Amino acid sequence: MNRYIKGRVWRFPENVDTDQIIPAKYLVTGDRQELAKHAFENVRPDFTEHVREGDIIVAGKNFGSGSSREHAPRALIGAGIACVIAPSFARIFYRNSINIGLPLVECDVDVVEGDILTVDFENGTVVDMNTMSEYSFHPLPDFLMDLLEFGLIENTKMKLERMKSR
Amino acid sequence: MGMTIAEKILAIHAGRESVSPKEIVDARIDYVMMNDVTGLPAFEVFEEFRTTPISEKSVLIQDHYVPNKDVASAEQAKAMREFARKYNINNHFDVGRGGVCHQIMIEHGFAAPGRLIVGADSHTCSYGALGALSTGIGSSEAASAMATGELWFRVPETQKFVIDGKPGKYVMGKDMILYIIGDIGVSGSLYRSMEFYGSAIESLSLSDRITISNMAIEAGAKCGIIPPDDKVFNYLKNRVIGEYSPVYADSDSEYEDTFEYDASEIKPMVAMPHLPENTIPASEIDVQIDQAYLGSCTNGRIEDLRVAAAILKGKKVHPDVRMIVVPASKNVFLQALREGLVEIFMDADAYVAGPTCGACLGGYMGVLAEGERCISSTNRNFIGRMGHKDSYVYLANPAVVAASAITGQITDPEDLEVGRT
Repeated sequence: MNRYIKGRVWRFPENVDTDQIIPAKYLVTGDRQELAKHAFENVRPDFTEHVREGDIIVAGKNFGSGSSREHAPRALIGAGIACVIAPSFARIFYRNSINIGLPLVECDVDVVEGDILTVDFENGTVVDMNTMSEYSFHPLPDFLMDLLEFGLIENTKMKLERMKSR
Repeated sequence: MGMTIAEKILAIHAGRESVSPKEIVDARIDYVMMNDVTGLPAFEVFEEFRTTPISEKSVLIQDHYVPNKDVASAEQAKAMREFARKYNINNHFDVGRGGVCHQIMIEHGFAAPGRLIVGADSHTCSYGALGALSTGIGSSEAASAMATGELWFRVPETQKFVIDGKPGKYVMGKDMILYIIGDIGVSGSLYRSMEFYGSAIESLSLSDRITISNMAIEAGAKCGIIPPDDKVFNYLKNRVIGEYSPVYADSDSEYEDTFEYDASEIKPMVAMPHLPENTIPASEIDVQIDQAYLGSCTNGRIEDLRVAAAILKGKKVHPDVRMIVVPASKNVFLQALREGLVEIFMDADAYVAGPTCGACLGGYMGVLAEGERCISSTNRNFIGRMGHKDSYVYLANPAVVAASAITGQITDPEDLEVGRT
């Protein structure tokens, strides 16, 4: 994963639930691209048409609340979202995202839709290139950073190897 | 320093003397559950590990879109069937054998005090009512847990909720948890463990306690645990699989917060669209409804059906309302038949269906059209949750659902009883 990214902002309110990210009626596949076609269909019908690879979602608190569907972060990755920034995330969404490689930043930033942001995961900073406002966040603990980088699948494979050699 | 229930269960399963909030630990899990929606992605991930699952710890339950609503969901259910067959997973509950996954996990004795259970469904937190630490995870994690028997956990801070006092006649576990969520908000317990105490909690049936633990996730919590007592131990007799050891908090355990409530002040509550925190007493609402839904892992148990049937007996569902009753499991359905409840519902013009998650998540069997309003015993009222993006779900207890079905508008059963509607 890139430890430094630059992308365009999509602004969302607080308490965006997983039913908004991907409505339940589409939960008949695990395919990222297929799921991405319906991301935010009910609440932001313009999203799928205009989203670009590398865009960044900036939301209010409790992003990803509701169901355990891993389909939600899968849909966002499929849509090309590089990172989600919010003051807080629902816990299952948080785990799912880190496990499958969608970077999350817990940070309260005051930016508007269309702004260009840079995110430095190493140093824990977000900069709004339009206003030059800078925000800082706590970088992930090492364990979660590794998980984000390698993914739960690789992490599990390594664990299985360790278990075998015990 | 002492530990809370969640801390203690995690410490035991991580093979540690003690753990502290915010620590990340690898812990041994007792069971990992998947449903037909979250199963497929888990099975795809699992194949990458080139190993066999720990089959006795894996539980597969078909409930979200079965009987299948379309070809895609049929393929998904088939994938679960084939995975179970391929790896000899006996704990596979197919159509006609099970029901809504959390009801099955409890009824069939997987859930028990002191256990650490994960499930690829957010309402896995339900088993906290039996003193387990149970929590929702994603599909990749479920695959990982099936392969290794372990998973990473961040040790949660614990909040203590104390409810004393005597609840009113039609006040149920649902109203208590809605009242709490109304107070602390949908992220009021984010990442936290909720622990419930007090005389009102002790007086509740296990079924009502399950409703409370079930909706802990609606406050953002990792789990919602109630210290197990004789009601739990008696329920588990001749039911539980294997041995179990109850876990209680130490007297010097540390809580991040303590919240106290008086049950006598809690009325039958309704959560208005589109968040479970938008709660107001049912008696203060003036809303016409198109549908009344009774079912789900939250309120689809025999106790819930009894409460609704007592109100509906000898009455008719309002001509402008469809009432849909979905028992949470085959066993609940059978018991309702034996007790004559199904007849009461059907005589009242309600539609009674076999167990499924169905309309709770807007899948099928009661999806709402544009502009329609549903009073529902389920757990979520998000935008588009039960169908059209401009439809409206009002969450309430089974008594409010039944009373509202009769009057055609959201009704406090107490008002129906005294003829105030």
